[in-house]
Amino acid sequence: MIAARGVWKFFGDFAALREVSLEIAAGSTLALLGRNGAGKTTLLRMLAALSSPSRGTITAGGASLREPAQRRRIGLIGHGISIYDDLTAAENLEFFASLYGIKAPGERIDRWLETTELLRVRNGLARQFSRGMRQRLAIARAFFHDPDILLLDEPFTALDDRAAALLARLIRQAHDQGRTLIISTHQLREALQLATDVAVLDRGRLAFSGPNTEELKAAPEDFYRKYSETAG
Amino acid sequence: MELLRQALAIARKDLRIERRSKEVVNAAFSFALVVLLLFSFTFDPTGDQVREMSGGLLWLVYSFAGVLVLTRSFAQETQNDCLDALVAAPVSGAAIFLGKALANTVFLLFLELATLPVFTIFYNVRWEARMAWLLPILVLGTWGFTVIGTVFSALTVSVRLRELMLPLLVFPITVPALMASVQLTTTLFTGEPIAGDLVWLQFLAGFDLIFTLLGVTLVETILVG
Repeated sequence: MIAARGVWKFFGDFAALREVSLEIAAGSTLALLGRNGAGKTTLLRMLAALSSPSRGTITAGGASLREPAQRRRIGLIGHGISIYDDLTAAENLEFFASLYGIKAPGERIDRWLETTELLRVRNGLARQFSRGMRQRLAIARAFFHDPDILLLDEPFTALDDRAAALLARLIRQAHDQGRTLIISTHQLREALQLATDVAVLDRGRLAFSGPNTEELKAAPEDFYRKYSETAG
Repeated sequence: MELLRQALAIARKDLRIERRSKEVVNAAFSFALVVLLLFSFTFDPTGDQVREMSGGLLWLVYSFAGVLVLTRSFAQETQNDCLDALVAAPVSGAAIFLGKALANTVFLLFLELATLPVFTIFYNVRWEARMAWLLPILVLGTWGFTVIGTVFSALTVSVRLRELMLPLLVFPITVPALMASVQLTTTLFTGEPIAGDLVWLQFLAGFDLIFTLLGVTLVETILVG
Protein backbone atom coordinates (compact mmCIF):
# COMPACT_ATOMS: atom_id res chain seq x y z
CA MET A 1 0.00 0.00 0.00
CA ILE A 2 1.14 3.54 -0.79
CA ALA A 3 0.30 5.99 1.96
CA ALA A 4 0.60 9.77 1.94
CA ARG A 5 0.08 11.24 5.40
CA GLY A 6 -0.36 14.97 6.01
CA VAL A 7 1.71 15.91 2.99
CA TRP A 8 2.52 19.56 2.36
CA LYS A 9 4.76 20.86 -0.38
CA PHE A 10 5.99 24.42 -0.44
CA PHE A 11 7.74 26.22 -3.28
CA GLY A 12 8.96 29.29 -1.44
CA ASP A 13 5.84 30.62 0.31
CA PHE A 14 3.47 28.93 -2.12
CA ALA A 15 1.84 25.75 -0.85
CA ALA A 16 1.43 23.45 -3.87
CA LEU A 17 0.00 20.68 -1.67
CA ARG A 18 -1.87 21.22 1.60
CA GLU A 19 -2.14 18.38 4.07
CA VAL A 20 -2.90 15.67 1.56
CA SER A 21 -3.58 12.26 3.09
CA LEU A 22 -4.28 9.40 0.74
CA GLU A 23 -4.03 5.62 0.81
CA ILE A 24 -3.66 3.65 -2.38
CA ALA A 25 -4.16 -0.09 -2.00
CA ALA A 26 -1.88 -2.48 -3.86
CA GLY A 27 -3.44 -3.52 -7.16
CA SER A 28 -5.78 -0.55 -7.38
CA THR A 29 -5.96 1.98 -10.19
CA LEU A 30 -6.28 5.54 -9.01
CA ALA A 31 -7.48 8.30 -11.32
CA LEU A 32 -5.91 11.49 -10.00
CA LEU A 33 -8.00 14.38 -11.23
CA GLY A 34 -7.79 18.14 -10.94
CA ARG A 35 -7.40 21.29 -12.94
CA ASN A 36 -4.02 22.56 -14.12
CA GLY A 37 -2.08 23.77 -11.09
CA ALA A 38 -4.13 21.66 -8.66
CA GLY A 39 -1.00 19.79 -7.50
CA LYS A 40 -1.31 16.51 -9.44
CA THR A 41 2.20 16.63 -10.88
CA THR A 42 3.67 17.73 -7.54
CA LEU A 43 2.04 14.75 -5.83
CA LEU A 44 3.11 12.32 -8.57
CA ARG A 45 6.70 13.61 -8.41
CA MET A 46 6.75 12.91 -4.69
CA LEU A 47 5.26 9.45 -5.23
CA ALA A 48 8.07 8.85 -7.73
CA ALA A 49 10.58 9.99 -5.07
CA LEU A 50 11.68 12.87 -7.31
CA SER A 51 11.06 15.36 -4.52
CA SER A 52 10.46 15.20 -0.79
CA PRO A 53 7.40 16.48 1.08
CA SER A 54 7.99 19.73 2.98
CA ARG A 55 5.87 18.19 5.77
CA GLY A 56 4.31 14.77 6.17
CA THR A 57 5.40 11.38 4.88
CA ILE A 58 4.91 9.17 1.87
CA THR A 59 5.63 5.46 2.18
CA ALA A 60 5.13 2.32 0.13
CA GLY A 61 4.63 -0.82 2.19
CA GLY A 62 5.78 1.17 5.22
CA ALA A 63 9.17 1.99 3.68
CA SER A 64 10.51 5.28 2.37
CA LEU A 65 10.15 5.76 -1.37
CA ARG A 66 13.82 6.79 -1.57
CA GLU A 67 14.83 3.24 -0.68
CA PRO A 68 16.34 1.71 -3.84
CA ALA A 69 14.21 -1.41 -3.36
CA GLN A 70 11.05 0.74 -3.50
CA ARG A 71 12.21 2.75 -6.50
CA ARG A 72 12.91 -0.47 -8.38
CA ARG A 73 9.16 -1.16 -8.12
CA ILE A 74 8.15 2.16 -9.71
CA GLY A 75 7.71 2.99 -13.40
CA LEU A 76 7.18 6.60 -14.37
CA ILE A 77 5.86 8.41 -17.40
CA GLY A 78 6.22 12.11 -16.72
CA HIS A 79 5.84 15.17 -18.90
CA GLY A 80 9.14 14.56 -20.71
CA ILE A 81 10.04 11.42 -22.62
CA SER A 82 13.22 10.86 -20.56
CA ILE A 83 15.27 9.28 -23.31
CA TYR A 84 18.71 10.30 -24.54
CA ASP A 85 18.75 11.65 -28.09
CA ASP A 86 22.38 10.66 -28.72
CA LEU A 87 21.91 7.04 -27.72
CA THR A 88 20.32 4.38 -29.88
CA ALA A 89 16.99 2.82 -28.92
CA ALA A 90 18.78 -0.27 -27.61
CA GLU A 91 21.44 1.77 -25.77
CA ASN A 92 18.73 3.81 -24.03
CA LEU A 93 17.09 0.67 -22.68
CA GLU A 94 20.47 -0.90 -21.92
CA PHE A 95 21.44 2.12 -19.84
CA PHE A 96 18.27 1.98 -17.77
CA ALA A 97 18.66 -1.80 -17.46
CA SER A 98 22.06 -1.23 -15.86
CA LEU A 99 20.57 1.28 -13.41
CA TYR A 100 17.81 -1.17 -12.44
CA GLY A 101 20.33 -4.00 -12.05
CA ILE A 102 18.86 -6.10 -14.87
CA LYS A 103 21.47 -8.65 -15.85
CA ALA A 104 21.90 -9.72 -19.51
CA PRO A 105 19.10 -7.45 -20.75
CA GLY A 106 19.53 -8.19 -24.47
CA GLU A 107 16.52 -10.46 -24.84
CA ARG A 108 14.31 -8.14 -22.79
CA ILE A 109 15.43 -5.14 -24.84
CA ASP A 110 14.48 -6.88 -28.08
CA ARG A 111 11.14 -7.97 -26.64
CA TRP A 112 10.24 -4.41 -25.64
CA LEU A 113 11.47 -2.97 -28.91
CA GLU A 114 9.28 -5.48 -30.68
CA THR A 115 6.29 -4.61 -28.46
CA THR A 116 6.77 -0.93 -29.27
CA GLU A 117 7.43 -1.69 -32.97
CA LEU A 118 10.94 -0.27 -32.81
CA LEU A 119 12.95 -3.44 -33.35
CA ARG A 120 13.81 -2.51 -36.94
CA VAL A 121 15.41 0.73 -35.71
CA ARG A 122 17.10 -0.96 -32.73
CA ASN A 123 20.46 0.66 -33.51
CA GLY A 124 19.13 3.99 -34.76
CA LEU A 125 19.81 7.15 -32.75
CA ALA A 126 16.78 8.41 -30.85
CA ARG A 127 17.33 11.91 -32.27
CA GLN A 128 16.62 10.54 -35.75
CA PHE A 129 13.27 9.07 -34.70
CA SER A 130 9.91 10.61 -35.41
CA ARG A 131 8.00 12.04 -32.46
CA GLY A 132 5.77 8.98 -32.29
CA MET A 133 8.76 6.60 -32.27
CA ARG A 134 10.39 8.56 -29.46
CA GLN A 135 7.15 8.39 -27.48
CA ARG A 136 6.99 4.63 -27.94
CA LEU A 137 10.59 4.31 -26.81
CA ALA A 138 9.67 6.34 -23.71
CA ILE A 139 6.83 3.90 -23.02
CA ALA A 140 9.26 0.97 -23.38
CA ARG A 141 11.64 2.72 -20.95
CA ALA A 142 8.89 3.13 -18.33
CA PHE A 143 7.61 -0.47 -18.53
CA PHE A 144 10.95 -2.15 -19.25
CA HIS A 145 11.92 -3.10 -15.67
CA ASP A 146 8.53 -4.67 -14.99
CA PRO A 147 7.40 -2.21 -12.29
CA ASP A 148 4.48 -3.09 -10.03
CA ILE A 149 3.64 0.56 -9.39
CA LEU A 150 3.05 2.76 -12.43
CA LEU A 151 2.89 6.53 -12.12
CA LEU A 152 1.52 8.15 -15.25
CA ASP A 153 1.34 11.93 -15.43
CA GLU A 154 -1.08 12.90 -18.19
CA PRO A 155 0.33 10.02 -20.20
CA PHE A 156 -1.81 10.48 -23.32
CA THR A 157 -0.99 14.16 -23.80
CA ALA A 158 0.67 14.78 -27.19
CA LEU A 159 0.86 11.06 -28.05
CA ASP A 160 0.17 10.08 -31.63
CA ASP A 161 -2.53 7.46 -32.37
CA ARG A 162 -0.14 4.54 -32.45
CA ALA A 163 1.62 5.44 -29.20
CA ALA A 164 -1.72 6.17 -27.49
CA ALA A 165 -3.12 2.78 -28.55
CA LEU A 166 0.03 1.03 -27.35
CA LEU A 167 -0.05 2.82 -24.01
CA ALA A 168 -3.76 2.14 -23.52
CA ARG A 169 -3.10 -1.56 -24.17
CA LEU A 170 -0.19 -1.68 -21.72
CA ILE A 171 -2.15 0.19 -19.04
CA ARG A 172 -5.06 -2.22 -19.44
CA GLN A 173 -2.64 -5.17 -19.21
CA ALA A 174 -0.99 -3.75 -16.09
CA HIS A 175 -4.42 -3.19 -14.54
CA ASP A 176 -5.46 -6.79 -15.32
CA GLN A 177 -2.20 -8.10 -13.87
CA GLY A 178 -3.01 -6.40 -10.57
CA ARG A 179 -0.34 -3.73 -10.68
CA THR A 180 -0.91 -0.44 -8.89
CA LEU A 181 -1.58 2.42 -11.28
CA ILE A 182 -1.83 6.11 -10.50
CA ILE A 183 -2.93 8.09 -13.51
CA SER A 184 -3.15 11.84 -13.55
CA THR A 185 -5.31 12.89 -16.45
CA HIS A 186 -7.84 15.29 -17.91
CA GLN A 187 -9.46 12.51 -19.92
CA LEU A 188 -12.19 11.81 -17.38
CA ARG A 189 -14.24 9.22 -19.18
CA GLU A 190 -11.30 7.04 -20.22
CA ALA A 191 -9.71 7.25 -16.78
CA LEU A 192 -12.91 6.42 -14.93
CA GLN A 193 -13.59 3.41 -17.14
CA LEU A 194 -10.41 1.83 -15.78
CA ALA A 195 -10.07 3.34 -12.31
CA THR A 196 -10.98 1.49 -9.15
CA ASP A 197 -10.47 4.66 -7.09
CA VAL A 198 -10.69 8.38 -7.69
CA ALA A 199 -8.98 11.35 -6.06
CA VAL A 200 -9.59 14.98 -6.93
CA LEU A 201 -7.10 17.69 -6.05
CA ASP A 202 -8.23 21.27 -5.92
CA ARG A 203 -5.69 24.05 -5.31
CA GLY A 204 -3.41 21.70 -3.45
CA ARG A 205 -6.09 20.14 -1.25
CA LEU A 206 -7.57 16.70 -1.55
CA ALA A 207 -11.19 17.57 -2.39
CA PHE A 208 -12.37 13.99 -2.89
CA SER A 209 -11.00 10.53 -2.39
CA GLY A 210 -12.98 7.32 -2.69
CA PRO A 211 -13.87 4.29 -4.76
CA ASN A 212 -15.07 4.65 -8.32
CA THR A 213 -18.77 3.97 -8.77
CA GLU A 214 -21.21 3.44 -11.63
CA GLU A 215 -22.69 6.89 -10.90
CA LEU A 216 -19.30 8.46 -11.37
CA LYS A 217 -18.73 6.62 -14.63
CA ALA A 218 -22.17 7.71 -15.86
CA ALA A 219 -21.67 11.43 -15.24
CA PRO A 220 -17.96 12.11 -14.69
CA GLU A 221 -18.13 15.77 -15.75
CA ASP A 222 -20.75 16.63 -13.08
CA PHE A 223 -18.72 14.91 -10.40
CA TYR A 224 -15.48 16.55 -11.51
CA ARG A 225 -17.05 20.02 -11.63
CA LYS A 226 -18.52 19.57 -8.16
CA TYR A 227 -15.26 18.61 -6.48
CA SER A 228 -12.82 20.73 -8.37
CA GLU A 229 -14.69 23.88 -7.38
CA THR A 230 -15.50 23.18 -3.75
CA ALA A 231 -12.22 23.92 -2.03
CA GLY A 232 -10.77 27.38 -1.73
CA MET B 1 30.15 -2.50 -5.46
CA GLU B 2 26.64 -1.65 -6.70
CA LEU B 3 27.49 2.04 -6.27
CA LEU B 4 30.61 1.71 -8.39
CA ARG B 5 28.81 -0.31 -11.07
CA GLN B 6 26.06 2.30 -11.36
CA ALA B 7 28.56 5.18 -11.32
CA LEU B 8 30.48 3.53 -14.16
CA ALA B 9 27.25 3.01 -16.13
CA ILE B 10 26.45 6.73 -15.83
CA ALA B 11 30.00 7.76 -16.76
CA ARG B 12 29.99 5.39 -19.74
CA LYS B 13 26.68 6.84 -20.90
CA ASP B 14 28.01 10.41 -20.69
CA LEU B 15 31.20 9.47 -22.55
CA ARG B 16 29.22 7.68 -25.26
CA ILE B 17 26.93 10.68 -25.74
CA GLU B 18 29.92 13.04 -25.92
CA ARG B 19 31.74 10.77 -28.38
CA ARG B 20 28.73 11.18 -30.69
CA SER B 21 27.80 14.82 -30.15
CA LYS B 22 31.29 16.24 -29.39
CA GLU B 23 29.45 19.28 -28.03
CA VAL B 24 31.44 19.76 -24.84
CA VAL B 25 34.91 18.78 -25.98
CA ASN B 26 34.77 20.86 -29.17
CA ALA B 27 33.61 23.97 -27.31
CA ALA B 28 36.09 23.57 -24.45
CA PHE B 29 39.01 22.70 -26.73
CA SER B 30 38.41 25.69 -29.03
CA PHE B 31 38.07 27.96 -26.02
CA ALA B 32 41.31 26.64 -24.46
CA LEU B 33 43.19 27.17 -27.72
CA VAL B 34 41.96 30.73 -28.07
CA VAL B 35 42.92 31.60 -24.49
CA LEU B 36 46.37 30.03 -24.89
CA LEU B 37 46.87 31.98 -28.09
CA LEU B 38 45.77 35.26 -26.48
CA PHE B 39 48.07 34.70 -23.51
CA SER B 40 50.98 34.03 -25.84
CA PHE B 41 50.40 37.41 -27.53
CA THR B 42 50.07 39.16 -24.19
CA PHE B 43 53.33 37.87 -22.69
CA ASP B 44 56.80 37.36 -24.13
CA PRO B 45 56.72 33.59 -24.43
CA THR B 46 60.44 33.13 -24.04
CA GLY B 47 60.87 35.16 -20.87
CA ASP B 48 61.92 33.49 -17.62
CA GLN B 49 59.09 35.27 -15.84
CA VAL B 50 56.58 33.64 -18.14
CA ARG B 51 58.03 30.22 -17.31
CA GLU B 52 57.56 31.00 -13.65
CA MET B 53 53.94 31.91 -14.35
CA SER B 54 53.41 28.95 -16.67
CA GLY B 55 51.69 26.75 -14.07
CA GLY B 56 49.23 29.53 -13.30
CA LEU B 57 48.53 30.23 -16.97
CA LEU B 58 47.95 26.57 -17.70
CA TRP B 59 45.54 26.00 -14.80
CA LEU B 60 43.65 29.21 -15.62
CA VAL B 61 43.03 27.85 -19.10
CA TYR B 62 42.01 24.46 -17.70
CA SER B 63 39.67 26.07 -15.16
CA PHE B 64 37.92 28.33 -17.68
CA ALA B 65 37.53 25.50 -20.18
CA GLY B 66 36.50 23.20 -17.32
CA VAL B 67 33.55 25.42 -16.46
CA LEU B 68 32.20 24.82 -19.97
CA VAL B 69 32.39 21.08 -19.35
CA LEU B 70 30.77 21.34 -15.92
CA THR B 71 27.93 23.60 -17.05
CA ARG B 72 26.78 20.92 -19.49
CA SER B 73 27.18 18.04 -17.05
CA PHE B 74 23.76 18.09 -15.38
CA ALA B 75 22.20 20.51 -17.86
CA GLN B 76 22.25 17.81 -20.56
CA GLU B 77 20.06 15.68 -18.28
CA THR B 78 17.29 18.30 -18.42
CA GLN B 79 16.84 17.67 -22.13
CA ASN B 80 13.73 15.45 -22.46
CA ASP B 81 13.54 15.43 -18.61
CA CYS B 82 16.12 12.65 -18.46
CA LEU B 83 17.08 13.77 -14.96
CA ASP B 84 13.67 12.62 -13.70
CA ALA B 85 14.21 9.09 -15.00
CA LEU B 86 17.74 9.08 -13.58
CA VAL B 87 16.68 10.24 -10.10
CA ALA B 88 13.59 7.98 -10.08
CA ALA B 89 15.79 4.94 -10.83
CA PRO B 90 17.11 2.89 -7.89
CA VAL B 91 20.41 4.77 -8.01
CA SER B 92 21.78 6.73 -5.08
CA GLY B 93 22.71 10.38 -5.48
CA ALA B 94 26.26 9.28 -4.69
CA ALA B 95 26.36 7.03 -7.77
CA ILE B 96 25.00 9.81 -9.99
CA PHE B 97 27.56 12.24 -8.55
CA LEU B 98 30.51 9.85 -8.93
CA GLY B 99 29.49 8.86 -12.46
CA LYS B 100 29.16 12.49 -13.53
CA ALA B 101 32.41 13.52 -11.79
CA LEU B 102 34.25 10.64 -13.45
CA ALA B 103 32.97 11.56 -16.93
CA ASN B 104 33.82 15.24 -16.35
CA THR B 105 37.33 14.30 -15.22
CA VAL B 106 37.87 12.19 -18.34
CA PHE B 107 36.66 15.06 -20.57
CA LEU B 108 38.94 17.53 -18.81
CA LEU B 109 41.99 15.25 -18.78
CA PHE B 110 41.50 14.64 -22.50
CA LEU B 111 41.32 18.39 -23.02
CA GLU B 112 44.41 18.98 -20.88
CA LEU B 113 46.50 16.38 -22.66
CA ALA B 114 45.36 17.69 -26.04
CA THR B 115 46.26 21.31 -25.24
CA LEU B 116 49.53 20.57 -23.43
CA PRO B 117 51.58 20.27 -26.66
CA VAL B 118 50.16 23.61 -27.84
CA PHE B 119 51.14 25.16 -24.54
CA THR B 120 54.63 23.72 -24.91
CA ILE B 121 55.07 25.30 -28.32
CA PHE B 122 53.73 28.73 -27.32
CA TYR B 123 55.57 29.00 -24.00
CA ASN B 124 58.68 26.95 -24.64
CA VAL B 125 58.39 24.85 -21.49
CA ARG B 126 59.76 21.34 -21.18
CA TRP B 127 57.87 18.73 -19.23
CA GLU B 128 58.30 15.45 -21.14
CA ALA B 129 61.05 14.20 -18.83
CA ARG B 130 58.86 14.85 -15.82
CA MET B 131 55.67 13.30 -17.22
CA ALA B 132 55.61 10.76 -14.38
CA TRP B 133 55.06 13.69 -11.97
CA LEU B 134 52.90 15.78 -14.23
CA LEU B 135 50.27 13.05 -14.74
CA PRO B 136 49.35 12.57 -11.05
CA ILE B 137 49.27 16.36 -10.61
CA LEU B 138 46.88 16.71 -13.54
CA VAL B 139 44.70 13.86 -12.28
CA LEU B 140 44.52 15.11 -8.67
CA GLY B 141 44.06 18.77 -9.66
CA THR B 142 41.39 17.92 -12.20
CA TRP B 143 39.51 15.61 -9.82
CA GLY B 144 39.51 18.32 -7.13
CA PHE B 145 38.10 20.85 -9.60
CA THR B 146 35.49 18.50 -11.07
CA VAL B 147 34.10 17.11 -7.80
CA ILE B 148 33.29 20.63 -6.63
CA GLY B 149 32.09 21.61 -10.09
CA THR B 150 29.86 18.54 -10.33
CA VAL B 151 28.17 19.32 -7.01
CA PHE B 152 27.46 22.88 -8.16
CA SER B 153 26.43 21.69 -11.60
CA ALA B 154 23.71 19.66 -9.83
CA LEU B 155 22.81 22.60 -7.61
CA THR B 156 22.43 25.06 -10.49
CA VAL B 157 20.79 22.68 -12.97
CA SER B 158 17.43 24.42 -12.78
CA VAL B 159 18.81 27.93 -12.33
CA ARG B 160 18.17 30.18 -15.31
CA LEU B 161 21.56 31.92 -15.09
CA ARG B 162 23.54 28.75 -14.43
CA GLU B 163 26.30 29.70 -16.90
CA LEU B 164 26.99 32.73 -14.71
CA MET B 165 26.27 31.13 -11.35
CA LEU B 166 28.45 28.06 -11.78
CA PRO B 167 31.84 29.82 -12.07
CA LEU B 168 30.87 32.25 -9.29
CA LEU B 169 30.26 29.30 -6.98
CA VAL B 170 33.03 26.97 -8.15
CA PHE B 171 36.09 29.22 -8.38
CA PRO B 172 36.21 30.51 -4.77
CA ILE B 173 35.97 26.98 -3.36
CA THR B 174 38.50 25.46 -5.76
CA VAL B 175 41.14 28.10 -4.96
CA PRO B 176 43.11 25.81 -2.56
CA ALA B 177 43.20 22.97 -5.13
CA LEU B 178 44.17 25.39 -7.89
CA MET B 179 46.92 26.90 -5.72
CA ALA B 180 48.39 23.46 -5.06
CA SER B 181 48.14 22.44 -8.73
CA VAL B 182 49.71 25.72 -9.89
CA GLN B 183 52.59 25.46 -7.41
CA LEU B 184 53.36 21.85 -8.37
CA THR B 185 53.08 22.46 -12.12
CA THR B 186 55.27 25.56 -11.97
CA THR B 187 57.93 23.61 -10.07
CA LEU B 188 57.90 20.98 -12.80
CA PHE B 189 58.05 23.50 -15.64
CA THR B 190 60.90 25.49 -14.11
CA GLY B 191 62.91 22.29 -13.62
CA GLU B 192 63.24 22.69 -9.86
CA PRO B 193 63.27 19.58 -7.64
CA ILE B 194 59.77 18.45 -6.70
CA ALA B 195 60.83 17.02 -3.33
CA GLY B 196 60.32 20.34 -1.54
CA ASP B 197 56.76 20.63 -2.85
CA LEU B 198 55.48 17.18 -1.95
CA VAL B 199 53.43 18.71 0.84
CA TRP B 200 51.31 20.39 -1.88
CA LEU B 201 50.68 16.98 -3.45
CA GLN B 202 49.55 15.61 -0.09
CA PHE B 203 47.38 18.67 0.40
CA LEU B 204 45.80 18.12 -3.02
CA ALA B 205 45.07 14.46 -2.26
CA GLY B 206 43.50 15.44 1.07
CA PHE B 207 41.43 18.18 -0.57
CA ASP B 208 40.15 15.70 -3.17
CA LEU B 209 39.23 13.16 -0.51
CA ILE B 210 37.33 15.65 1.66
CA PHE B 211 35.36 17.18 -1.20
CA THR B 212 34.61 13.80 -2.76
CA LEU B 213 33.10 12.68 0.56
CA LEU B 214 31.18 15.96 0.83
CA GLY B 215 29.84 15.56 -2.71
CA VAL B 216 28.82 11.96 -2.12
CA THR B 217 26.95 13.05 1.02
CA LEU B 218 25.31 16.21 -0.36
CA VAL B 219 24.15 15.35 -3.87
CA GLU B 220 21.14 13.25 -2.83
CA THR B 221 19.75 16.24 -0.91
CA ILE B 222 20.52 18.59 -3.80
CA LEU B 223 18.74 16.41 -6.35
CA VAL B 224 15.70 15.41 -4.32
CA GLY B 225 15.44 18.20 -1.74
